[in-house]
Amino acid sequence: MAEPIVRYKDVHKSFGDVQVLKGIDLDIAPAEKIALIGPSGSGKTTIIRMLMTLEEPTSGVIEVDGRPLWHMEKEGELVPANEKHLREVRGDIGMVFQHFNLFPHMTILDNCMVAPVHVKGESKEEAKQRSIEMLEKVGLGDKLDNYPSQLSGGQKQRVAMARALVMRPKVMLFDEVTSALDPELVGEVLEVIRDIAQEGEMAMILVTHEMEFARDIADRVLFLDEGTIAEQGSPEEVLENSKSERLQSFLSRFRSSSPS
Amino acid sequence: MLASAVLSFVIAFLAGFGRIAKNPIIRKFTGFYIEVFRGTSLIVQLFWFYYALPGLFGIDLGTDFWAAVVAISMNYGAYMSEVVRGSILSVSSGQREAATALNMSRFQRMRLVILPQAVRMMLPEFGNYLIQMLKATSLVSLIGLTDILYHGDIFRSTNLSLAPTVYLLILVFYFILALPLIWLTRWAEKQSSKGVATE
Ligand SMILES: Nc1ncnc2c1ncn2[C@@H]1O[C@H](COP(=O)(O)OP(=O)(O)OP(=O)(O)O)[C@@H](O)[C@H]1O
Ligand SMILES: [Mg+2]
Repeated sequence: MAEPIVRYKDVHKSFGDVQVLKGIDLDIAPAEKIALIGPSGSGKTTIIRMLMTLEEPTSGVIEVDGRPLWHMEKEGELVPANEKHLREVRGDIGMVFQHFNLFPHMTILDNCMVAPVHVKGESKEEAKQRSIEMLEKVGLGDKLDNYPSQLSGGQKQRVAMARALVMRPKVMLFDEVTSALDPELVGEVLEVIRDIAQEGEMAMILVTHEMEFARDIADRVLFLDEGTIAEQGSPEEVLENSKSERLQSFLSRFRSSSPS
Repeated sequence: MLASAVLSFVIAFLAGFGRIAKNPIIRKFTGFYIEVFRGTSLIVQLFWFYYALPGLFGIDLGTDFWAAVVAISMNYGAYMSEVVRGSILSVSSGQREAATALNMSRFQRMRLVILPQAVRMMLPEFGNYLIQMLKATSLVSLIGLTDILYHGDIFRSTNLSLAPTVYLLILVFYFILALPLIWLTRWAEKQSSKGVATE
């Protein structure tokens, strides 16, 4: 494997007395597509939130493109990262949330433009042009001046993806991005993710309950259970020839209820 | 009135931010200020600024006018800072997280994402406080400032028979002064319900 773009080294996370992640080791190759599955409460969201710097690991090291994320070097020692270091490394990561989290006081276009202009220092014209292109790509070129409250859930989620993509992250995180949507809107969002995945160059981690979709686009599927990566491998290995009983029973819940 | 409005806004924002600052000393200090000024009445504070401060500590705020402005601003600033704090904290954590995911700095998160939403929530309450502040200026006559009521009183005592009319006039006068503020508040309420409604 080429130099990993993301590396978790023995990462633990506790909330108070509750140990949620009990030693995660994980290397992600550039452009690799990973599906993260597992029962509710197994720590899927926590794993990607630590990479987005929204949650600090209790112990262990996370590296992005060879640089420690939550630590920085100072006089030869690793010390906790400051805001400046976090901002430097975090620039490679983007995230789409379950509940969209669009900025309600901005138009769709401004939602996409605000970070390129203020964070990356792009000119307004350039940011605007790139944002419009991106919004057209997700099929919302005609909604530029609308506010988020005027869109359907599926449209909102597509805006959220465009907003993350204009920042050109090397790694994109998706946290159950279709689970807050009406069933008939799920397809349009998955379609956009599929397009992004096919373009290839970005690594992606998808937390998802859409097993069919995971099989289609993932290079590797991880099954998270009780705070550790219990099983991993190609979609065929994990989803069709699963070894553990826990994974089999977890998957059987989806088979019975997923017609598509 | 205008001077106290401006000053109290400034104080409200300073104290509102102070209460949510990372530094515990700043937090404690602004917390103390807010408690003191919310815990005592405006009349007491007016007397303090007008009589006690110059007398006890030799601090003279210059004119009566400035004593009144400072007292009213400090008093309303304390109340309004709680509005500032509450509105900022009520912007959902998802907004903060989305801003972080876009790699905004702490300052950018506040300026571009949180404050614009918080201000929309503050506006209606600020309007209410402005109206109250206007009424509070009548208190000022207690410490001798030439206020509307005070003029009214003088006028009335020279024309005793006209007393009821004068009081009525004063009432109308205050109402006319307050009217634009009431409109402003209405407008602000409408504004605030626009963008912030469920995303
Ligand atoms: N901020 C927090 N404070 C306390 N406990 C938390 C916090 N965030 C998560 N937890 C706990 O950590 C555990 C793992 O949560 P996490 O959200 O990562 O699970 P998940 O696999 O994403 O579950 P789901 O499929 O329901 O989204 C849960 O038991 C949850 O209650
Ligand atoms: Mg989750």
